[in-house]
Amino acid sequence: MAGPLLATVSLPDLATFLVAAAIVIGGALGVVLGRNPVHAALSLVLTLFGVAVLFVEENAQFLAAVQIIVYAGAIVVLFLFVIMLIGVDRQERVLADQFRGQHLVAGGLGLLVLAEVLLLGTGHWTTGARATTGALNRPLSNVAQLGRAIFTTYLLPFEITSALLVVAVVAAVALARRFDRRFGGDAGPTPEGGAHAPDGDEATGR
Amino acid sequence: MTIDGSWYLTLAAMLFTIGAVGVLVRRNVLVMFMCIELMLNAANLTFVTFSRELNDIGGQVAVFFVLVVAAAEVVVGLGIIVAIFRRKVGATADDPHELRG
Repeated sequence: MAGPLLATVSLPDLATFLVAAAIVIGGALGVVLGRNPVHAALSLVLTLFGVAVLFVEENAQFLAAVQIIVYAGAIVVLFLFVIMLIGVDRQERVLADQFRGQHLVAGGLGLLVLAEVLLLGTGHWTTGARATTGALNRPLSNVAQLGRAIFTTYLLPFEITSALLVVAVVAAVALARRFDRRFGGDAGPTPEGGAHAPDGDEATGR
Repeated sequence: MTIDGSWYLTLAAMLFTIGAVGVLVRRNVLVMFMCIELMLNAANLTFVTFSRELNDIGGQVAVFFVLVVAAAEVVVGLGIIVAIFRRKVGATADDPHELRG
């Protein structure tokens, strides 16, 4: 598929795609193969940035900005925060089998997944019919089109995601909260409720 | 002319595979979580590619929702991981016997 196509692709497009693809794959390999979790998180930033570049290349400018802000800005910082909280000094021998032949099985399964996704993704039968509504080539900017679609067609799912975010925040608070007996002993099961908690913070109160 | 969509789909397939193998191979729970993010990004790339190929904004809307769900998932997942590590320092995904009551 490369031969006749290369003649029709403009050079800047091709160069951008190749560099971004190299960044994406390199970052992903860094996540999987990195011994130190901090290095893995930084490689994840690399991959997310490469994907954002590809989004720009595909005329999804708003999603590229959101990808940088939400993923690289918020989620990876959260990852790094948790790594620092838990402790960074533990490294892992990545290439040591935990079970006999684990890497063999994982590699085989990975090749199977790759072959299947490639077959499904590059086959012409997956593409279906081109849309007539919500066409991308209307004289509107990407942000305007996306906003119009979200706040008209997809309004109900959008509202449901707000409920999801509230649930996630409440769950995070409930999970991170330390159990304190003085403020109502029957606050329900917490990860370390009860008398056999490993550290004695309950007595002092927070 | 821009790059053909099949190139993007191939790249997304490779990214997804790397993430899946990472989940299977790694023991560190945090790194497994990052590999899940890799797979989500591969799916996002596929969505945007089909959005361009089929001339439909719906794919980009789907990516928008995937981003929201990923943020919520990371919040809850990291909360659970912190709770586990507070209980048992140095826990890995190979400690399922801890689940016995």
